[in-house]
Amino acid sequence: MNWDAWMPLLIVLSSLLVGLVIFVLAEDRVKTRIWLNMAGALFKLVLVAIMLWGVFNGHHYETRLPFLPGLDLVLRADALSMLFVVLSSGLWLLTTVYAIGYLEGSPYRSRFFGFFSLCVTATVGVALAGNLITFLLFYELLTLATYPLIVHRGTEASRRAGRTYLVYTLAGGALLLIGTIWLYTLSGTLEFTARGFLSALDSSHHPALVMIFVLLIAGLGVKAALVPLHGWLPQAMVAPAPVSALLHAVAVVKAGAFGIVRVVYDVYGIEFSASLGVTLPLAMLAAVTIIYGSIRALFQDDLKRRLAFSTVSQVSYIVLGIAVVGPVATVGGLVHLVHQGVMKITLFFCAGNFAETLGIHKVSEMNGVGRRMPWTMAAFTIGALGMIGVPPLAGFITKWYLGLGALEAGQGWVIFVLVGSSLLNAGYFLPILYAAWFKAPADSWPAERSFGRHETALALLVPPVITALLVVAVGLLASTPFSPLHWARFITTLEYTP
Amino acid sequence: MNLLQNIPWLVLLVVLPLAGSMLCFLFPQRGKLLGLMTALAIAASVLALTYQIMGQVVNQGALRYAVGGWGAPLGINLYVDGLSLLMLLVTALVGLAISIYSSGYFNNDKAKHFWPLWMLLWAALNALFLSADIFNLYVTLELMGLAAVALVALAGGADALAGAMRYLLVSLLGSLCYLLGVALLYHSFGSVDIVTLGQRMESSPAVWAAVGLMTTGLLLKTALFPLHFWLPPAHASAPAPVSALLSALVVKASFYILLRLWLEVFPVASASLEQSLGQLLGLLGVAAVLWGGVQALRQTRLKLLVAYSTVAQIGYLFLAFPLASIIGWKAAFYMLLSHAVAKTAMFLAAGNIMFYGGHDRIVDLDQVAHRLPLTLSAFGLAGISLMGLPPSGGFIAKWLLLEAAILSGQWWWGIILIVGGLLTGAYVFKVIGYAFIESDLPHESRAVPKRMEWVALILALLAIAMGLIVPRLLSLMEIGSPFAGSSL
Repeated sequence: MNWDAWMPLLIVLSSLLVGLVIFVLAEDRVKTRIWLNMAGALFKLVLVAIMLWGVFNGHHYETRLPFLPGLDLVLRADALSMLFVVLSSGLWLLTTVYAIGYLEGSPYRSRFFGFFSLCVTATVGVALAGNLITFLLFYELLTLATYPLIVHRGTEASRRAGRTYLVYTLAGGALLLIGTIWLYTLSGTLEFTARGFLSALDSSHHPALVMIFVLLIAGLGVKAALVPLHGWLPQAMVAPAPVSALLHAVAVVKAGAFGIVRVVYDVYGIEFSASLGVTLPLAMLAAVTIIYGSIRALFQDDLKRRLAFSTVSQVSYIVLGIAVVGPVATVGGLVHLVHQGVMKITLFFCAGNFAETLGIHKVSEMNGVGRRMPWTMAAFTIGALGMIGVPPLAGFITKWYLGLGALEAGQGWVIFVLVGSSLLNAGYFLPILYAAWFKAPADSWPAERSFGRHETALALLVPPVITALLVVAVGLLASTPFSPLHWARFITTLEYTP
Repeated sequence: MNLLQNIPWLVLLVVLPLAGSMLCFLFPQRGKLLGLMTALAIAASVLALTYQIMGQVVNQGALRYAVGGWGAPLGINLYVDGLSLLMLLVTALVGLAISIYSSGYFNNDKAKHFWPLWMLLWAALNALFLSADIFNLYVTLELMGLAAVALVALAGGADALAGAMRYLLVSLLGSLCYLLGVALLYHSFGSVDIVTLGQRMESSPAVWAAVGLMTTGLLLKTALFPLHFWLPPAHASAPAPVSALLSALVVKASFYILLRLWLEVFPVASASLEQSLGQLLGLLGVAAVLWGGVQALRQTRLKLLVAYSTVAQIGYLFLAFPLASIIGWKAAFYMLLSHAVAKTAMFLAAGNIMFYGGHDRIVDLDQVAHRLPLTLSAFGLAGISLMGLPPSGGFIAKWLLLEAAILSGQWWWGIILIVGGLLTGAYVFKVIGYAFIESDLPHESRAVPKRMEWVALILALLAIAMGLIVPRLLSLMEIGSPFAGSSL
């Protein structure tokens, strides 16, 4: 039996099957559910590790199943997909631990963890998709799997958020579908190919190709929360904290950003995109999103809302890095796919801890919280400083490469965007840090719960501490092999060397 | 030769349900058991027929059988190609599911009437799909209509009777129009055999009149906007399994006849007439998609919502007519099949909700929804197929139809598909949203037998699975190349 042809499918199935079993599990089988969740997540991680090693050594992993006449469902592991797969399945494990701790004792956990598993299935499918139709399939599955998680609490606010989410994402999915089919009728293939598969088309098709580009980016931009398509993201923060982590760091916005990378690189090809003249508008759009998100974040008192607008801004670094056109900026954009994930998941974990332990939801309630919950606040601090771009943390590496890349590509204006956004990041994060560490705490917290010896439940505390360490590690160890930066460079050489 | 190859399975497909109907009528106390046995036997025969046809090489796989050894023009010919085979298969699947569901749904008093009528309807459907001439199509169409009307009236009460009466009149009017067309064609060409007619067809005023009459009659029965007015009231008052039958199979049967005529009898008549008529049908389809979608969104009762959803989904089927390409026809047919499965699942799920809580008011669904997770999952999964999200039969149909629209240069039909999909999403999630909130049931509930929940769920899963077995279904569709006669 040829394992190389089954590995990608196996990785997708590992969480799908777990999810399906969890759905039918009785609500009170807590132990079994935890065991299944952890086993699934670990098994997936082991498979991913094997595959990563294989890809590095030149193995070719591809699953191909007949789907439509002339179109297959293709799951393929290439360098770019591995970046996303490693990120999502790694953070998945931590998020599962966190979610188990977070939801302890709450109702409908079988439903929650079932959809949770479907969600990671869809994400890994998006990452491994070898052509646009496979991508589309998992992209829509992701929409459907996240909706129940957003409305999980069943309150009026969460149902409204769920509705908004659907309106945005279903409409986005429809645009993506139109773009995909149109592209298919022109090119006759949808297979992701390094450096694109469209440059050979007759130049009379170029206006249509520009239109298709707009459709595809609009469809993907909804999930990537590009302004003005970002409206659903701040609303969706009513979801439970693990779901926010999922939306912001592991799955949803990442799927959108990753899709944009795929379209620019492996459908159009970066040089062909540049010659069509679509990259500069995309870069501008990303720049506007970066600044706009940061400015909105400044004025939010709700902690999770502030973080949500921060995501709007940060995810567009990825798009910016791609659209600036140049190998160095590309490295910056790609590596931010991972960096933003680790940093933002830390921040959301911490926000969840504050809410669960002390009942804190607002920035204005955070005075002195560092004394009560030093570990959580330390993790939060590392995440926030990383976002601002303090060396040697993850965010710094990103900004360094983006800036250098912009200069190399002769697009100096990007520097101003980076500086402006860093200042704004500092503007909305530093006051939180100051208040939490240096201001005196209020007499009592809004709703305090005691967790014995530790500042909060261990399952809630360990994941953010680990991710905070990762934020430091990926920055400090950026030049070692297997670091995200190293991998991003590897991908870039594939796209740029002739 | 092995035994399976030699038995005339296609005759059995008509005889079995007829016999089942008689038996259920004669032994009303055993109706449930007899009905289920017959359903199983029919399903097995269809599978055997499929096997038989797959093993056949002559005639590109299509099968013709002269009943009693008397061929056309004197006797009755039965004919199976890809289209009819898939209709038979989907009828068997949906029929089996509905039989299992009904065995738990009806109390003894209703069951006594339900089983004979349902078996009769099944016989009519099978015979219709097997007919090789337009007169037999008329006979079976009429038989099917009468059985369906009786089933709608089964619920009793003023609403049901009024709905059934209206349905009866519409049904009779539709068949009458069709019959007039048959008479005109027979008068002009001296034959009712589909193949012969296709060969002899030439343009004349009588033919145009026949085309108009037959199309109108069939549109009335298929409930294409604006001729859909009878469908929502008939569905709303009928018992859930009957609604499912109407939506999934009965309206599809008349569409199937229309498709047959359009592919094999009319094409030669008049290309320009066909083209403009095709555009008209496409426009009506657009209106149906929009009107049905908006109305579904406005409904306050679940079954009406699902019924209007059928009105909308029927509209999609007609988008293939202006495109008139092979891929377009295949797309419409794929839509028909996946809609049949998904809509049955949805009606059965709605039936479960009504069974449990005693009502189907959408605003009060929060009392019921979270107590029936299997049913709600079925509703949701069926909804995914109706919305056309991947992977599902609905998605494949939509993809093929969009592709056909763009390839034929008439991309604007594609926009309707997208808008319709979003409308569907809106009304499906309007229902699904209630699954996440809970409130107490103010009165006693009635336990839903587990098999009724599972049947709905399994059908919904099959509707999803139809998005993953596309090459197989498309190659079945190719048997006897039914689309070859249409223009490219």
